[in-house]
Amino acid sequence: MSTQKSCGDGRIDRRTAIKWMLAAASATALMEQVSFGATSEQVGLGKEAVGYGTDPDLLKIYQAGDLWPLTLTGAQRATTVVLCDLIIPADDKGPKASSVGVPDFVDEWISAPYLGHARDRTVIARGLAWLDDESRRRFGAEFIHLRENQQTAICDDLCDRPTARPEFQTAAQFFARFRFLVASGYYTTREGMSDIGYRGNVPLAAFDGPPKEVLERLGLA
Amino acid sequence: MPVVTSSKTAPIYDVIVVGSGAGGGQTAYTCTMEGAKVLMIEAGRNYDPVRETPMFQINGQAPLRGKRTEDKEFGFFDATVNGGWQVPDEPYTSASRDPKRQFMWWRARMLGGRTNHWGRISLRNGPYDFKPQSRDGLGFDWPISYEDVAPYYDKVEMLIGVFGSNEGLENTPDSPPGVLLPAPKARAGELLAQQRGRKLGLHVVPIHRAVLSVRQDPARLPPKLHPNNPKAQRILAEAMRQRMACFWATECSRGCSTKANYQSTTVHLPPALATGNLDILPDAMVRQINVDAQGKATGVTYIDKTTGEERVARARVVVLAASAGESVRILLNSKSARFPLGLGNGNGKVGKYLMDSVGAGLAGQIPAFENLPLHNEDGAGGAHVYIPWWLYREQHAGKLDFARGYHVEFRTGRHMPGVGSGSAPESLTRGTYGQKFKEDARRYYGTTLRFIGRGEMIPNDDCYCDLDPMVKDKWGIPVLRFHWKWSEHETRQAAHMQRTFAALIGAMGGNVTEKIEPSGADAIEPAGKIIHEVGGAIMGSKANASVTNQWGQTWDVKNVFVADGGTFASNADKNPTLTIMALAWRASDYLLDEMRKGNL
Repeated sequence: MSTQKSCGDGRIDRRTAIKWMLAAASATALMEQVSFGATSEQVGLGKEAVGYGTDPDLLKIYQAGDLWPLTLTGAQRATTVVLCDLIIPADDKGPKASSVGVPDFVDEWISAPYLGHARDRTVIARGLAWLDDESRRRFGAEFIHLRENQQTAICDDLCDRPTARPEFQTAAQFFARFRFLVASGYYTTREGMSDIGYRGNVPLAAFDGPPKEVLERLGLA
Repeated sequence: MPVVTSSKTAPIYDVIVVGSGAGGGQTAYTCTMEGAKVLMIEAGRNYDPVRETPMFQINGQAPLRGKRTEDKEFGFFDATVNGGWQVPDEPYTSASRDPKRQFMWWRARMLGGRTNHWGRISLRNGPYDFKPQSRDGLGFDWPISYEDVAPYYDKVEMLIGVFGSNEGLENTPDSPPGVLLPAPKARAGELLAQQRGRKLGLHVVPIHRAVLSVRQDPARLPPKLHPNNPKAQRILAEAMRQRMACFWATECSRGCSTKANYQSTTVHLPPALATGNLDILPDAMVRQINVDAQGKATGVTYIDKTTGEERVARARVVVLAASAGESVRILLNSKSARFPLGLGNGNGKVGKYLMDSVGAGLAGQIPAFENLPLHNEDGAGGAHVYIPWWLYREQHAGKLDFARGYHVEFRTGRHMPGVGSGSAPESLTRGTYGQKFKEDARRYYGTTLRFIGRGEMIPNDDCYCDLDPMVKDKWGIPVLRFHWKWSEHETRQAAHMQRTFAALIGAMGGNVTEKIEPSGADAIEPAGKIIHEVGGAIMGSKANASVTNQWGQTWDVKNVFVADGGTFASNADKNPTLTIMALAWRASDYLLDEMRKGNL
């Protein structure tokens, strides 16, 4: 695989990042086309990266950046962290998204060399840029520098695609995809699995079926 | 005797088995336990589930949170090695550019083949399933009946360990007492489907799966399976003692390092190796079966993938168990002066009547499951229940517009989260984020389910494979070209599946969350996608209309056998693996007997 790491944290050097972003910007599929099925040209964006192949080590514990270079710029990453935590904040059942590596997962995902990921890279990069443009337009500063009520004022306009105003439709599609990735990254961690209420993945001597209170709730007792 | 390299094989064996999955594993097991010297040739690499299975790994530890990619089509932790819908350097082709007339071919290049990741669903064909033509005039009867195979179903179920129950349902055979292991308790969603399905006439009953719900009895079973063979009994008892009972965690599709489920690599091959009679040669791609001037097979020519060299292995008998498609390919490539169209293909039937199962599905969201008390329902790494086909009488009376049945599989519940988890349908959440999003994630987690149908396809003249006249693989071996066309029996059945699932989701108080296709031709899954590839070397009672006899022995060359799904003369809705194993054991008994008599 590519070894274009500038430092030990798995991120690629700036020159490569700029090359990718330019390529992403010129890709034909813009944010309007948030549908499945990327073109081969889009897939070609990730030329520097290769996948894990058809016989990867299944026992290794992988970190984002182990297999292919991460591509978010520092500014993009900062916005990603803030938006991750707006979507999944800490509460009494689980931590906030950024504290369990979700921004790294988003970066890993949009940097992956597999089909469809190049399209997500375009969607996320343009969405993050739009957020800053919109933040400056409305409040005179970049998204990460806004107060939380200013940030949520923007997010409120994006979060529900069916009711989002026409001028926010494109950004709403970005928001939906971003939220999907944040949830996927979060609920697959041990903390997220506990938060959502998954109680499995433990060895049992016997499988006893659902507890009585579950059966009662379903009218099956 | 062990895993060997091509320079360490013996000069000649009793039996060469090509392939190491359900058919190859069973053949090697039966033959070596009875003293035959066997060389197993596998096109993929050696694989050891005890060392390599990711037990308890969570998706957060995997690349892309375990999500499927082109490299791992069924997700990162799926057991498949070097396989998928495409295998590098080993292409196949389609005769048509129309996606509806193409066949998707799943291959695994690893010891144990597809048994390492399969769903472990182990259903017996019923009496109707061996005589379908007699029942409705379509397709072909098998040259054998349920009674011929039943003793071998018993033996295989006892050997590999199958949980389930006897329900006394039509064409859904019971097993004799003491054969099945206890069925695990049903999960909450499975119980709700059972309760609500009743009014639709659907029987939700325990499924049969090759998972040890309890440990096998190493004192009772070996004498039943190997009477008068103390050595085999001793070896099998020890192998059974090495298998743990299911600990109710980890998806079966990852394989099982504690050998609690069946895969060839944990159940068939260890005792076969312990006999000292088995050599396993991995990374070896068989090109052809060789025949002598008398038209008798002498062995095979194969490519040692580690060196690229072509080599020859010799044996008294060759058994193909490389998968229906791959065995057909070897037969068609085994051209000689005596067999210019390929071995076994004097009547042009090799490759004909390729079948898959009919598949269609429908997803729903069930409000009754929202905010259920938290509980662990991992269970046996797969379904605990299913719905056998229930309309035999209506169908036989001509009340349905398709001729054969299907069964219903489903998983409900609170699985280990993966990519997509936590994202409830936006139509329900209205696009929440923040604290409300987390509450929604908890509320809707585990409330969706998807029913899938697995139905019988009737063999037809439009579904077959032959050799592509142009394309060859990396080693210069001609590749398969697939031809496909569903008949209305399949597409109408797929439409019926979706209607049934919509009714059942409704009966559970739920909402359908997936498109119901108006046309069955759109509801049906692509051919091959169910990975129940059978036929192509079908067995029959007449040499002019089939490739093999009832033993899987080719009509043209008596020391060549087919022991995978290739010999299936029909493809009942029952998943084929258990039947592949039962027929392989039966064929092996015959083959050994013929060798003892000096006929082979």
